[in-house]
Amino acid sequence: MKARVFVTLKNGVLDPQGKAIGHALNNLGFGSVGEVRQGKLIELALTGSDEAKARADLKEMCEKLLANTVIEKYEIEITA
Amino acid sequence: MKAAVVVFPASNCDRDAAVALEQITGHKPQMVWHADSEVPEVDLIVLPGGFSYGDYLRCGAMAGQSHVMRAVKEKAEQGVRVLGICNGFQVLTETHMLPGVLMRNAALKFVCKPVGLTVTETQSVFTRHYKAGQRVEFPVAHGEGNYVADTETLDRLEGEGRVVFKYAPGENPNGSERDIAGILNDKRNVLGLMPHPERVCDPLLGGTDGKAMFESLLEALS
Repeated sequence: MKARVFVTLKNGVLDPQGKAIGHALNNLGFGSVGEVRQGKLIELALTGSDEAKARADLKEMCEKLLANTVIEKYEIEITA
Repeated sequence: MKAAVVVFPASNCDRDAAVALEQITGHKPQMVWHADSEVPEVDLIVLPGGFSYGDYLRCGAMAGQSHVMRAVKEKAEQGVRVLGICNGFQVLTETHMLPGVLMRNAALKFVCKPVGLTVTETQSVFTRHYKAGQRVEFPVAHGEGNYVADTETLDRLEGEGRVVFKYAPGENPNGSERDIAGILNDKRNVLGLMPHPERVCDPLLGGTDGKAMFESLLEALS
């Protein structure tokens, strides 16, 4: 089974990196770009075929290590 | 006073901390490797600066999950003093031993320079040898030192006298909320700070403003 975990900053948490990316895009002539927020994509290969268990495990992984839930939120996607 | 310094892969201020401790306490601290699951009987545990585990995932995230940190957490709960400097502070927030989080510097640049600080709290074993409101100068060297917490947490930290060091007015190098440079936990036995007191304990290194912290600990723990 394969999974993807998206870790992003919670709404309202300042994202200086996103801001810098936005400025750079504006400078490249992409005037349509407004606010930019950036984050992480983590791809995982998992053994087993029980999707519910995988989701529960992934949630625990996010809470314990993959995200710092003080400032970050996460989304889990089972891809195959 | 017996002390231990934890060494993670890619710690780089562990020796600075050991030298400062030995100079001031007269005893060599014990160096404890990150894979050890036990910490010796000591009065003070130092989590040094550096880039533990290459700062992978987030600064301090991997170190926070290491065997040794479980033992450090237990010791802290028993009242042993823990001092986290720079990366050590990041590890302490990742393990939730201190509230809040250290984010990328507001200007996105690594900052390495001496910075003026105000000692805002002297009622602690770490700072009793300073004068309240005293200005000191410690070096900073970090890319992720921007202290962030919710308003409620910030109010509580300030209200309970747990903000021990603030960047002096106009000298905040990283965008930290309320100029916070160092904080205590609620039991006041764990201190985390971004600036490096251990690098200013010898006039040859440009200053001695950090000495009073180790002298405070020595007096309190001997």
